[in-house]
Amino acid sequence: MSIDLKTIKHISKLSRISVDEKKAEKLAGDLNSIFDFIEKLNELKTENVEPLTSVAETTLKLRADEVKSKNLREQVIKNSPKENEDYFVVPKVIE
Amino acid sequence: MSNITKQSLSELVENIKNKKLSSSEATKAFVERSEKSKELNAYITEDYTNALNKAKKFDEKPNLDLKLPGIPMAVKDLFCTKDIRTTAGSKILNNFVPTYESTVTQNIWNEGAILMGKLNCDEFAMGSSNETSFFGNVQNPIDKNLVPGGSSGGSSSAVAAQLTPITIGTDTGGSIRQPASFTGTVGLKPTYGSCSRYGIVAFASSLDQAGPMAQNVKDCALLQEVISSYDEKDSTSIDFKRNEYSKELTKDIKGKKIGIPREYRVDGMPKEIEDLWKKGIDYVKDCGAEIIDISLPHTKYALPTYYIVAPAEASSNLARYDGVKYGFRAEGENLIDMYEKTRSEGFGTEVQRRIMIGTYVLSSGYYDAYYLKAQKVRKLIKNDFDEAYKKVDAILTPSTPSSAFKIGEKTNDPVSMYLNDIFTVPVNLAGLPAISIPAGHDSKGYPLGLQIIGKAFDEQNILNIAYAMEEKINFKNNITDWWIK
Repeated sequence: MSIDLKTIKHISKLSRISVDEKKAEKLAGDLNSIFDFIEKLNELKTENVEPLTSVAETTLKLRADEVKSKNLREQVIKNSPKENEDYFVVPKVIE
Repeated sequence: MSNITKQSLSELVENIKNKKLSSSEATKAFVERSEKSKELNAYITEDYTNALNKAKKFDEKPNLDLKLPGIPMAVKDLFCTKDIRTTAGSKILNNFVPTYESTVTQNIWNEGAILMGKLNCDEFAMGSSNETSFFGNVQNPIDKNLVPGGSSGGSSSAVAAQLTPITIGTDTGGSIRQPASFTGTVGLKPTYGSCSRYGIVAFASSLDQAGPMAQNVKDCALLQEVISSYDEKDSTSIDFKRNEYSKELTKDIKGKKIGIPREYRVDGMPKEIEDLWKKGIDYVKDCGAEIIDISLPHTKYALPTYYIVAPAEASSNLARYDGVKYGFRAEGENLIDMYEKTRSEGFGTEVQRRIMIGTYVLSSGYYDAYYLKAQKVRKLIKNDFDEAYKKVDAILTPSTPSSAFKIGEKTNDPVSMYLNDIFTVPVNLAGLPAISIPAGHDSKGYPLGLQIIGKAFDEQNILNIAYAMEEKINFKNNITDWWIK
């Protein structure tokens, strides 16, 4: 299989990571060598195998629906790169 | 008391308990040595002044019933520490100061230990050499030009160089055991669900696990009993009865059945590793254990499986770094442009590569072919271990396919870097505990490790086997303090 530049551009858009031409070419090379290595899995027949979604053989515990953390507004906003009073500030999204 | 930094954790605890040593003396000694060791680049953030103050406070009213009374300790910079910058080795978290504490570090402070600083690591724990860190590579105290392993490379370097008596790392595919092996130290990756993931910067949530990195097995057992706890803040934390591992530690492993998996004899493995493994087999035999040949037939599929599962989970976990809520932000013309520039400038090359792999294998049209396929193979890998554990109590393998390599040697070839984790990755995929102990040196004098893999929740058993082997091996690390000016 081969990942072309068009695919790299598509993945970069989905990943929200901008790439220029030079970076896209480097990534295409790297990803192709990694996927060559991953393709080894196709040797295995797995039609009748159940996928493993968690190694922890346990069911989620139920708990009472109650608030335990309160008044965290200041803490939540504290590390924001840009805020205004109690709000995160982002570039304008409506015209 | 002289030579404080040469003491093991257990010795320091005993000396503090017997009032032969104060927390201030101990903390001062490790802080001074850390300050003289900047060349190793083991620390990202130092917190020495606070540490010395806390030690002084401890000495004013010492609680000597605690398990880590006044013990200074630096930890991997992947654990959130309240009011102390936590970077995960990334530019994108360069200015992040958590407002809360991880459960694992809280457990450590609850037993009396004192934070000295945050240790370097590969960016978001993605790497096997500590070379992907935004804060620069770390040097292995064994030799100036060697990597300390990764991702917990600052941790392994700091323990081997005795900048901290003990530390914690995290292990997603080998990030505790491989650096331990490269630096002649002991590293334990506990059973998945043993140590809480709350407050650990997430990489691959179904694989990540915190664990101790120590100078010897007894210290490792002591820290494991401190950090392992059930935590309702982590939905995959498991409520099981935890041992007092250090108290129940024994060298009596007579009659234990140890499996030797034939698939770990990989092509191109250096003879030195093969010889070390044979020596390890002799040691456990000497201790009265029985050797049984076993097969883990899907071993060769573990790395390809890992390089689908781990990036897929990472791409999802790292979606949160968007320049809005915390961390680095690059300015953009509009919201999308801001996201894309922030992530492009904020993440390093390896992290971007893995986000892209993960995004691709989860994207429409490829999910079944890659992600679902990998989850099925993961099941087969786990089944191999389940089958083997019907016949054996533990499994003995080399920790890594080579000794520590040179800085820069593998940075241009991601696949060759990934192959470092060939013996450690299957353990994470199956959620099992495993320990790496130093077992010898290669012809260059670099340390080599052996790995003991246990059944789920059977940390005590692998610690016991490691403890028995440690005595027979009698390993001595060749460290000359070359970096101290």
